[in-house]
Amino acid sequence: MELRVLSLYPEQMNIYADRGNILFLQRRCEWRGIGFAWQGAGPGESVDPGEHDLFYVGGGQDRDQRVVAADMVETKRAALAAAVADGAALLAVCGGYQLLGESYQLGAETLPGLGLADLRTIREEGPRLIGNVAIETELDGEPRVLAGFENHGGRTYFGPAARPLGRVVKGHGNNGTDGLEGVWRDNLIGTYLHGPLLPKNAWLADHLIKLALERRYGRRPDLEPLPDELERAAHASARAAAGV
Amino acid sequence: MSVTVASGRADRGAPAFGAKRALARAIGAASRRSGRGGGTTLPGRVLLRLEPEAIARLGAGLAGGSTIVSATNGKTTTAGMIAAILAAEGRPPVHNRAGSNMTWGVATALLEQRGAEGLFEVDEAWLPRVAQQLQPRLIVLGNLFRDQLDRYGEMEALAEEWAKAVAAAPAGTGLALNADDPLIADLGRDPATERPREGTLYFGIDDHSQALPELQHAFDAKHCRRCGHPYAYEVAFVGHLGHYSCPNCGAQRPRPDVAATRIELRGMEGSSATVRVPGGEIEVALPLPGLYNVYNALAAIAAAIKLGVAPERVAAALRDMRAAFGRVETIPIGAGKVSILLIKNPAGANEVLRTLKLEAERGEGAAGIDLWVALNDRIADGRDVSWVWDADFEVLTGAVRRVTCAGTRAPEMALRLKYAGWPEDRIAVEPDIAASLDAAVAGAAGRFFALPTYTALLELRKLLADRGLAKEFWQ
Repeated sequence: MELRVLSLYPEQMNIYADRGNILFLQRRCEWRGIGFAWQGAGPGESVDPGEHDLFYVGGGQDRDQRVVAADMVETKRAALAAAVADGAALLAVCGGYQLLGESYQLGAETLPGLGLADLRTIREEGPRLIGNVAIETELDGEPRVLAGFENHGGRTYFGPAARPLGRVVKGHGNNGTDGLEGVWRDNLIGTYLHGPLLPKNAWLADHLIKLALERRYGRRPDLEPLPDELERAAHASARAAAGV
Repeated sequence: MSVTVASGRADRGAPAFGAKRALARAIGAASRRSGRGGGTTLPGRVLLRLEPEAIARLGAGLAGGSTIVSATNGKTTTAGMIAAILAAEGRPPVHNRAGSNMTWGVATALLEQRGAEGLFEVDEAWLPRVAQQLQPRLIVLGNLFRDQLDRYGEMEALAEEWAKAVAAAPAGTGLALNADDPLIADLGRDPATERPREGTLYFGIDDHSQALPELQHAFDAKHCRRCGHPYAYEVAFVGHLGHYSCPNCGAQRPRPDVAATRIELRGMEGSSATVRVPGGEIEVALPLPGLYNVYNALAAIAAAIKLGVAPERVAAALRDMRAAFGRVETIPIGAGKVSILLIKNPAGANEVLRTLKLEAERGEGAAGIDLWVALNDRIADGRDVSWVWDADFEVLTGAVRRVTCAGTRAPEMALRLKYAGWPEDRIAVEPDIAASLDAAVAGAAGRFFALPTYTALLELRKLLADRGLAKEFWQ
């Protein structure tokens, strides 16, 4: 078995140490004897929807995000839509999450998004939404906590077809008002919990590995348990920082 | 608004400025007598509350003017070097030497010290405000790295604020700028003429043997400040500091006036360098480790030249600084000693890790080095600890005998090291600073290295002071 991962714009969308997520996936595969293949796709590069089973996009600075938004729509939208429709997993974090929607407001401009989720990100009066955050999600079939850190100026609002990744327990979430956080549709996940979110939530890393392997091999595998003492302590530490 | 006038508007109200000053001083003295610390900020806080323009008013009283130093990494060290050089010239400056670098720290130094000229390290976010108040004679800018994004925001946005601050400075204000950081070097370009701003002195590294083998993960300045096209790098030395040019518009790294042309690094012992200066060359010996401290020294040399110190005298002052800095860095503890190296963001941490790699390759460290790493997430550290995943702890994989992880986010530090490939049975977790330090001392084979984030460093120093091993930092 092999986990095939494609990072979208790894040079541009990496501002909060997003590479931690990739390293975390890699090690957890290696320790279980699962192969790990990673590639990046930068501006202008095309994506083959059948080549990879887990797609990742992180957060970037405003200038990078502007470049990426235009390129993503132009060179990658169709392939990503096809991959997701075919069961591939996609994790979009922070700025990457904003780009999943219909549109994304940056300064006076409104940039078009990928249109893979029924949501819009706008600017509103008020401070950036910054801090430790904990949400409750049923992504894995039972209620679980995701803990992390958010730092975003944009406010994200849903259209009628969107459903959230989870409910905010502590923190701001999509817009600081409706108590919702992230988006979830089939195997597509978007969230404001940024940067190295998987190291703080090892269960989500394993969940993504299972989804991706299921798409490739037709059956959801049982993953070999790992000695996760430090992983559990790190999760507890991130939860405690959020006050949960 | 005029900020250089020492009398006028504010004098019309009561009480007079002199009375406010006296009150703030008395509060500072009382605070120190109570032994509760905080003496480096409280008087300034009180004074600024009473008189918001206090920095401008007190700064205007410095006949020799003021120098401001800012950077993401190295501002305390750079300012310390400049202070040592000026002191050796018989010009001890008014200086916020304890590293309290927001407005209240500057105000406290101005309130409590006497001198003919000022030297202030200033927090990146406060630079525009302090520059506008002080109307400095010289601004020294070292680097901009990704750091505490929850507090400072993005580097590009910060660079824009700095550009406005430099543009607003009076025409006579001198600049000492790092040519190797494109975000900093561009501040010396006059946007109207596209020529270097009058009175700008550039510093940088011109020794290709110090180049990084590849660009690091935390690589921050990617796009040309003039046209937005990605830069091409010939070499990088520290993070995104290096030799770059824009293939699109032809923007180039300025040729540095002060340049290290031959550098020898000797781990924790320090380094030596041949430095080209206007009209000649000097030999510099530094008691501080790492290429990042070579950059700090270059900044200090450029600043000193701008302040009228002869280059040979600069070199002598840096040599003589050895003892003072050496005491701060390494402290005897138990049967061994601890060397303290601040880590606070990926670029700075990467340089510390590079220095430790050199130590591990030398005789004493051959069996693996012992570490104590303390990751705190208080406001002054940045609440977001994501950055540890951007620092290249992998460079020490296989070179560490034992590591004790401490601080408010100790388990997440330990997890990062596990995923860097460090054997889990060599990683201990003990969040409490004192207990973890005792464990590190007991487990270390002689010397060990302490890598604290900022507030963990303050806790560590306090602990060492309480045990009679080091002076308290605000003394």
